[in-house]
Amino acid sequence: MTSENPGPWNEGNPVPLYVITGGSGSSPEGFNLVTLIVARAAPDPSMQPEQATILTMCAYPLSVAEVSAYLSLPFSVVTALLSQLVEDERVEAIAPVPVAAYPERGLLEAVIHGLRKL
Amino acid sequence: MDYASSDAPAGSGAPVPGPRGTDMLLPHSARGVKVVIVGGFGVGKTTMVGAVSEIPPLTTEETMTQAGVGIDHNPGAEGKNTTTVAMDFGRISINQELVLYLFGTPGQERFWFLWNGIFEGALGAVVLVDTRRIEVCFEVITRLEDRRVPFVVAVNTFPEAPQYPVEDLRAALALGESVPLVACDARDRASCRDALLSLMDYLHTLVAAQETA
Repeated sequence: MTSENPGPWNEGNPVPLYVITGGSGSSPEGFNLVTLIVARAAPDPSMQPEQATILTMCAYPLSVAEVSAYLSLPFSVVTALLSQLVEDERVEAIAPVPVAAYPERGLLEAVIHGLRKL
Repeated sequence: MDYASSDAPAGSGAPVPGPRGTDMLLPHSARGVKVVIVGGFGVGKTTMVGAVSEIPPLTTEETMTQAGVGIDHNPGAEGKNTTTVAMDFGRISINQELVLYLFGTPGQERFWFLWNGIFEGALGAVVLVDTRRIEVCFEVITRLEDRRVPFVVAVNTFPEAPQYPVEDLRAALALGESVPLVACDARDRASCRDALLSLMDYLHTLVAAQETA
C-alpha cells in the first residue's frame, strides 16, 4: 500500500492524528486512564469509524486505558474522541473513585478483601 | 499495516477491536481505581502486571507533543518533538462494582512527564527494584516522596541477582522505617498479590494514623 503512495507520512503513523480527532489538538480535561466509559447509544453509520467502534466496544464498561489499547491510539487522541461522544450524550464517563491525600478507609478495605480472594 | 479501524465501519463484518467476551467487565462495574508499578527497564513491571491481572496485559500509549507536531511535513523532522511511551497495564475486578487497574511505568527521569496523568488519583505505588540496578530507584523514591505518593518497595527476586539483607537494602535506599520493603517474585501471582496487599495494609495504617492524629 505504501509502495505506490510515496507520501510524506511515516509508515508507523499513516493517518495524522489531528484528522482522527476532527481537528481538536487540545487534550480535553477530565479524563483519567481509569475513567470508565459506557455506551449510551448505538453506533450510527454517519459517525466516524473510531467513534462507532468505541460505542460498540463500550456496550459494557471499559476504562479509557482499555479503549486506547484496543484502538491502538494514544490516550490524548482517545480522550478527544470521547469528549465529543460525551458532549453528544452517546457515552457516559464515570470518574474514578476520588483519592485525596489518602484513600478512604472503606475503599481500602474493599480492595484488601478483593485481593485476598485472588 | 492495519487500516481496519479507519476503513471498516463497525458491524460491517470486519473484526472490530475490543475485549474478548471473557475480558469484559460486569455491566454494573461502576468505579475504577489504580495502582502504579514503577521501576527501571527490565525490572519486571510487565511480568508483575501479567501475573495478577485478570486480562492479558494491554498497552496504552501516551504521547508528549508540542504545538505543530503531527502537521510537520518536513521529511526527517517527524517525531523530533514527540515522545511516545508505551505503558502496560492490567486489571483486577475487586468486587461487582470496583475495578483495580495496575499500570507499569518506567522510572527514569526522562519519563517523568507521564507521571502527572498516571499518579493522579492513584491509591499508591509499588517501586519494583532489581538489586543489580538499584540506582534507578533513588530518584524514583525521592520523586514519589516529593509528590506525597504513598509507596512500598518490592525487590524482585531474580535468581541471579545478588541477595542483600533487607536492612542493608533499606539503608541503601534511604527508606523511612515505616515504608514496607518486601521481596517479590514478579512471575508469581500470590507473591505479586502480597506485594499489593502490603501497599494496601500500609495505606490502611497511614489512614488510621491520620484519623487518630
